[in-house]
Amino acid sequence: MIISIASGKGGTGKTTVSTNLTLALGDRVELLDCDVEEPNAHLFLKPEIEQTRRVETPVPKVDLEKCTFCKKCQEICRFNALAVVGKQVLVFSELCHSCGGCMLVCPEKAISEVGRELGVLNFGNRDGIRFINGLMRVGEAMSPPLIKQVRANANPDKITLIDAPPGTSCPVIAAMNDTDFVLLVTEPTPFGLHDLKLAVEAVKLLGIPAGLVVNRADLGTDDVYRYAEQENLPILLSIPFDRRIAEAYSRGKLIVEEMPEWREKFVGLFEQIETIVNRSKAQLCANS
Amino acid sequence: MKVAITSKGVTLDSEVDPRFGRAPYIVVVDTETLEFEAVDNSSNVNAFKGAGIQAATTVCEKGAEVLMTGYCGPKAFATLEAGGVKVVDDVTGTIREAAELMKSGKVTYSTAANKEAHW
Ligand code: SF4
Ligand code: SF4
Repeated sequence: MIISIASGKGGTGKTTVSTNLTLALGDRVELLDCDVEEPNAHLFLKPEIEQTRRVETPVPKVDLEKCTFCKKCQEICRFNALAVVGKQVLVFSELCHSCGGCMLVCPEKAISEVGRELGVLNFGNRDGIRFINGLMRVGEAMSPPLIKQVRANANPDKITLIDAPPGTSCPVIAAMNDTDFVLLVTEPTPFGLHDLKLAVEAVKLLGIPAGLVVNRADLGTDDVYRYAEQENLPILLSIPFDRRIAEAYSRGKLIVEEMPEWREKFVGLFEQIETIVNRSKAQLCANS
Repeated sequence: MKVAITSKGVTLDSEVDPRFGRAPYIVVVDTETLEFEAVDNSSNVNAFKGAGIQAATTVCEKGAEVLMTGYCGPKAFATLEAGGVKVVDDVTGTIREAAELMKSGKVTYSTAANKEAHW
């Protein structure tokens, strides 16, 4: 089972939820931090990093000796990553999506592959809990390819928890796509609600069952709760604003470490998710 | 001399469109005779990214020596440079006025993009 943990915006406590859920469930889970622009789950889970791997994506390189400047490569590239001008072929490798189309279409076989570094993957472990994160190369513009690489390393025998990047654009979709459940984390404030709505729309498009964790639940207004009811979005856990929780966070400690009674609440959160996922799978079978 | 000007319309009295990649038309004018051709750039208007690169290759193909526009991004600039096309930016007014300005020679060529790349 794959569960992605997302939020419409940053700073709602998404990482707090993902790391506490991870530690509460123990070594039957693995945590994949897909917030590759600013990974921070490791700061709280504190895994021991055992291996670091560089990740590249293939981009074209043109041999001008062979090239006849026929422009076929430019025409096939949907991403405008190639420009044939005069006796030059410019490659804008940061726009390239590595589809390989230009290489296939080149009649002179003038195009070969070279690697563009996307970033690194870190593999680690905390008390038997497997941990992976991706760290995007500074200056790299596209995060989805690296997010896909992080996810490609998931272990299907484990329950996979994915810490998704904030926002609602391509990187988040790359992190949520093909998961069994999306756990949305929000705050009961007007800004929180606004971003939650965008996230819910994205999840609906993907057709994945979702549920809500409300963080700092006793601050703010009732609007989030009304919205959740209206959208049929179950509230699976409420985390109150608690000085002890805030203190634990500021010391980089997890709630379940400092306040053991929370371990059960996070396990309960998982059990509710499991029930919903099994029910929606049963429904899918019944319908097909 | 042939000069390419980004335009909101298809005549010499159309207004210069400050955007390069996403201007609806690129008017290619001969500054001596004022003969011109309006090239449809609209397939680019909806391009997700790299619209300026496409527009730049169009300008190169049309044999223009100079591009006059409002803003030009770094990738489009690099493409034009490779094609030997010089760039005049911050251009306003009508296509006719721009062509006359070019003819008078009172223009400053830019040495770099005047617009940030956007993602
Ligand atoms: S398709 Fe091949 S031969 Fe044609 S312009 Fe591109 S690189 Fe050159
Ligand atoms: S690999 Fe695909 S995206 Fe990259 S330059 Fe070639 S055609 Fe364009």
